[in-house]
Amino acid sequence: MSYQSGVKNNLILGGLLAALLIFTFPVLYAQHGHGEKAENYAHEADVSDAEFQAGEMIIEHITDAYEWHIITIGHTHITVPLPVILYDEGNWLVFMSTKLHHGKEAHKGFFISHEGFNAGKLVKKDADGNELRPTLDVSITKNVLAIFFSLTLMILVFVSVAKSYKKREGHAPKGLQSLLEPIIVFVRDDIAKASIGEKKYERYLPFLLTIFFFILFNNLLGIIPLFPAGANVTGNIGVTGVLAAFTFVITSFSGNKAYWMHIVNMPGVPWWLKIPIPLMPIVELMGLFTKPFVLMVRLFANISAGHIIILGFISLIFIFGQISTGLGMGVSVVSVGFTIFMNFLELLVAFIQAYVFTLLSALYFGMATEEHH
Amino acid sequence: MSLINPGFATVIWMTLAFGVTLFILAKYAWKPIMASLKEREDSIESSLRAADDARKAMQDLKLDNEKLLRDAKDERDALLREARKIKEQIIDEAREKANTEAANIVENAKERIQHEKNAAVVEIKNLIASYSIQIAEKILREELKDKKKQESYAEKLLKEISLN
Repeated sequence: MSYQSGVKNNLILGGLLAALLIFTFPVLYAQHGHGEKAENYAHEADVSDAEFQAGEMIIEHITDAYEWHIITIGHTHITVPLPVILYDEGNWLVFMSTKLHHGKEAHKGFFISHEGFNAGKLVKKDADGNELRPTLDVSITKNVLAIFFSLTLMILVFVSVAKSYKKREGHAPKGLQSLLEPIIVFVRDDIAKASIGEKKYERYLPFLLTIFFFILFNNLLGIIPLFPAGANVTGNIGVTGVLAAFTFVITSFSGNKAYWMHIVNMPGVPWWLKIPIPLMPIVELMGLFTKPFVLMVRLFANISAGHIIILGFISLIFIFGQISTGLGMGVSVVSVGFTIFMNFLELLVAFIQAYVFTLLSALYFGMATEEHH
Repeated sequence: MSLINPGFATVIWMTLAFGVTLFILAKYAWKPIMASLKEREDSIESSLRAADDARKAMQDLKLDNEKLLRDAKDERDALLREARKIKEQIIDEAREKANTEAANIVENAKERIQHEKNAAVVEIKNLIASYSIQIAEKILREELKDKKKQESYAEKLLKEISLN
């Protein structure tokens, strides 16, 4: 019975992957024609023929994009096109990213900015030649698709685990269930219970488990360099910002009287720190916002830094390869060795960062709900 | 700069998708998983407690058994001791009785022997006396057969008397 359900789950996962591939392949072929045409379209930032730019390559890999670039063979970019959804001047504008020809062409006035604050984002030029963002940009970008993929994966995995709990009630865990149970129990006992306390932890447990596994899944998927994994989701400041904002909102809404009183009037602090200049309240109020801010930056910086280092090692091969092919080959041995080492380190960091983010969130919830005597 | 400029699309889709997933997982995954975990932990704990209770009950039973056995042993020992005492008492009594009986018998025997002995002595005395008289008679007859001797003896006797 459990074997059958395992097969069923595998079928669901397999089906999901197959659907992604089927949807993308026809378009991949359709792209071939554009390769040469794009060449004619000379763009200032077109570096495909120019010398290897390590910095640009790295930034391109770790930032969001309107299409999912998989590989470039010769002049043919193999990408997964993604829908661009813009709202500007009262009109919705929806088109596939193929219309942008890998950032070399403009579509209806919108093109991908190559420098400045909005680099990598769709902009249009106003009358003065300034780059302007559309009013709303809700495109399904690379990271958004990766988020959808990882969240779908999570739902499939954990709903199936929940099912196996129901099926094997009172029995020892098996398969995926026994792989994830220690982690779930760890989050419950060592993060939630330890930080929030026996009485109130249950209310926060669903959120803590969800962020823990969301960060963990995306950290791990980020290490895998193949579509549909490989997007830098947890190294995207928008994603980590949303996670931190969730923590902030939950903390603020569950803050009890004592928690807010601590911010307004910190007990056990000399009075001259509060009157006439409310130094402590200002510091506490800032702390309210620095906590989620630090959460956001820590996760973003850790994961991005890991990816940058790995990509840096890979870049070394091409930098030396441009000097001489033999040198590039020689360096590749060292580079690959370091990359493997970094991958193992990233594997460790994937768990550590998921743990740290969840633990700190739990600690903030614990602080907000702590009973003072 | 693009690295720290969050895309609005990412933020809005992330918020939406994450919120929905949080809701779905909370309802269909975390809730049943937590309930099952709790149930299993409770069942394990209750089983452990039951085993502990059973062990305690067994121990109590064993203790009871031991006590019973000890009591039985004590009773047996007491019975044996008493029996031994009674036995000794009986033996003692029997010995005493036998002794007195024997003493009595010996006493009686002695008395009878004394009696018999006395009777025998009296008879022997009588016999000896009669035999002595008979012998004396015979001797006297022999002695006093001729006249002369008779007269001399009588004379002698007379002399003795007159002298006195």
